[in-house]
Amino acid sequence: MSTLQKTPIIEIRDLSYAYPTDDGSASSNALDHVSLSIEEGSFVSILGHNGSGKSTLAKMMSLILIPDSGSVMIDGKNMSADDVTEEDILEARRKVGMVFQNPDNQIVATVVEEDVAFGPENLGLPSEEIRRRVDEALSLVGMSKYARHAPHKLSGGQKQRIAIAGIIAMRRRCIIFDESTAMLDPAGRKEVMDTIERLNKEEKITVLHITHYMNEAVRGDRVIVMDGGRILMDGTPKEVFSHPQRLWNARLDVPQTTELLYHLKKSGYDVRLDIFDPGECAAEIAKALGKQ
Amino acid sequence: MAQVELQNISFIYGAGEPYEIRALDNISLTIGGSTVTGIMGHTGSGKSTLVQLLNGLLKPTEGKVILDGKDIWEDPKKIRDVRFKVGLVMQYPEYQLFDETVRDDIAFGPRNMGMSPDEVNARVLEAAQFAGLKEALLDKSPFDLSGGQKRRAALAGVIAMRPELLVLDEPAAGLDPGGREEILNSIREYQKISGTSVIIVSHSMEDMALYCDRVIVMEAGRVFMDGTCAEVFSRYDELISVGLDVPQITYVASELKKYGLDIGRDVYTVKYATAKILEKVRGDNA
Amino acid sequence: MNLDISFGQYCEGKSVLHRMDPRAKIIASVLYIIVVFLAKNLWSFGLLLLSAAVLILASGISPKIILKGMKALTFIIIFTSVINIFWMKGETLLFSLGFVSVYLEGILNAIMIALRIIVLLIGTSVFMTYTTTPIALTDGLEQLLAPLKKLHLPVHEFSMMMTIALRFIPTLIEETQKIMNAQKARGADFASGSLMKRAKTLIPILVPLFISAFRRAEELATAMECRCYTGGDGRTRMNVLHASPKDVVLCILLVLLGMVVIFTNGLGGYSLSW
Repeated sequence: MSTLQKTPIIEIRDLSYAYPTDDGSASSNALDHVSLSIEEGSFVSILGHNGSGKSTLAKMMSLILIPDSGSVMIDGKNMSADDVTEEDILEARRKVGMVFQNPDNQIVATVVEEDVAFGPENLGLPSEEIRRRVDEALSLVGMSKYARHAPHKLSGGQKQRIAIAGIIAMRRRCIIFDESTAMLDPAGRKEVMDTIERLNKEEKITVLHITHYMNEAVRGDRVIVMDGGRILMDGTPKEVFSHPQRLWNARLDVPQTTELLYHLKKSGYDVRLDIFDPGECAAEIAKALGKQ
Repeated sequence: MAQVELQNISFIYGAGEPYEIRALDNISLTIGGSTVTGIMGHTGSGKSTLVQLLNGLLKPTEGKVILDGKDIWEDPKKIRDVRFKVGLVMQYPEYQLFDETVRDDIAFGPRNMGMSPDEVNARVLEAAQFAGLKEALLDKSPFDLSGGQKRRAALAGVIAMRPELLVLDEPAAGLDPGGREEILNSIREYQKISGTSVIIVSHSMEDMALYCDRVIVMEAGRVFMDGTCAEVFSRYDELISVGLDVPQITYVASELKKYGLDIGRDVYTVKYATAKILEKVRGDNA
Repeated sequence: MNLDISFGQYCEGKSVLHRMDPRAKIIASVLYIIVVFLAKNLWSFGLLLLSAAVLILASGISPKIILKGMKALTFIIIFTSVINIFWMKGETLLFSLGFVSVYLEGILNAIMIALRIIVLLIGTSVFMTYTTTPIALTDGLEQLLAPLKKLHLPVHEFSMMMTIALRFIPTLIEETQKIMNAQKARGADFASGSLMKRAKTLIPILVPLFISAFRRAEELATAMECRCYTGGDGRTRMNVLHASPKDVVLCILLVLLGMVVIFTNGLGGYSLSW
């Protein structure tokens, strides 16, 4: 980690949460004493099977749910303190935005650019400023030529890019993607992942990507694996995916390259496991088998 | 063994209108037999249209759909019978659940077929078992189930009709890796035990590779490829050229050739690749 | 499901009318309705027909589209006219068939009523729906009604609801289609049986549709909250409406048209009774 002591954009301390049940009985913890901090500018993927607590974590960080115990700090401010006001929450939401799973259920307006303008309008910005931000945001996600289109006629990937533009237009420093690629086809997933990656690299926006696709998780610089409401693993993609067995136990996958290398290793060949590129994987195998 | 034969099928959305779209263009195919057939292609390739033609939800603009030697549109009034024979599980089928209990919901199909309560009950239990739903869940409201259980309940609702041909549109969409594996395994298992012909529509090459015997690739309303997994995936360069993905392992196999390690073009599962590599190396050393 | 809602659907265009302020168009529509109801004799209706023709020309929309759209309403127009022919009693009896008597006044009345409906439809649809997007209409309405906010009427909330409804209509239609297909695939039969039976077959469609609509509403509300939506207060708009001189001119023209109609009403001839 960097030696500069910067305030993390999101910091979570000893967070626990259980969903209320209908009959008032205690349910198992969706989150169980979780602590973690997200550095500004990083690209963090949160992996976990359905029910592992990853989406609950996202809802905590976007202040949709209130923790039973522990705290969520946004940009150094404790959002779980008793004296937090509506104003404070609004302030925090100006820093952290969220893109949801179902592309249809987050678009408000009947025209693309009107939808992108929705957030900035809520911030009470002057209209010329909104116009400028909307145009800029649409061009960043590559949707400028659809500005006057009706959102319901766009593809899933395009709808998600509109949702992203709506958040960029609010100039947020951090975007949480709550399984935003889960309902898309491979082409749509690629569109959205490329956009996310570009925003992180070029616009320095902090990205928190919640997913269960391994090939998406390897694109970030940190992977957090959730299981049973706890953090199971936390490290770079290379570190995390070097332990296929632990991921399999958590009902997750590993990239096929890693799986192949893992099997070869078990057969007695000395190979590294943290390789996700087919070319590098082939090179590693050739080296281990003495075929240069 | 049930078979559906498509004879020179074309389908046009909004035929005669200025914005008509030709979704299927003169397709001839025979699907069925005791296999799992995968249909793939990207969004807009015509695969969803194809699926809806199989059970008569859509009527072909041109051509015939032949089931059990009969044109299904010969008597349009009897199209409902075709739907009992060709069971279709739509995408995200959990959103079609409606009844008070899971049991009643699964019974919807069999009741529509006019079965006696005893028969219906037997069908429900059988289908629930195939779909991997515990009996204790049957008296719950479908809306109290978990996401994965809802998907299974919806699947059971179609299996309960004992279709001769079971068609599933993206059965694993949105599920996590564990959930995908479970549901696809139950489908595979169901196929083996019941002998029903199964058709799976999917974007996922990895799933196709693991669960299908035969793969049909659709592209721009036509059949682009049709063959065994080995045959189709060995033509990976062509798949890539039409914008489809191939399993990562296929790329690795092709890269290995550069190092003089040729394990063939038909590599599409990790298991097979591992075995091939080991066989090759041990053979060389022997 | 083929809902024919071509009548009054927005037609993309760049005409003078398209570019006008939606508020002016809403006011113009109201004025036009008043003018239409002022018209009492054939002279006035002739004038109104002329004005409708001018409107169509100014909107740049092909008369064919408008005629095609009116087709759906032919029945209503004919029905109201026919009622007038048979029910009106007048002075000039044309003929009698049994207990039905047809008077000249009845026929004139019928013609004028038909004309009234036709120009009314053309006028309002050309001003509003054909040349104004639903969202612009909602915006215009919100801003016109803004003074009512002082009376604590939820003007903003109402227009937000309109916007969201417009946004989700296509989504829900598509969803209904999907659910219908899914239930048809399980042998649901929507076409046959008694009325009771048919009503019952709707349950497998309506239950999932409602559940999904509620889920969507909940998710949308969360998404809006995450985008800092807190209601109408302190909210600004990207597209601020600007009234230009041509908007004022339009309204003045309509007032003038009303005055001319009052004048032509005085030219004599049979006068519409209601």
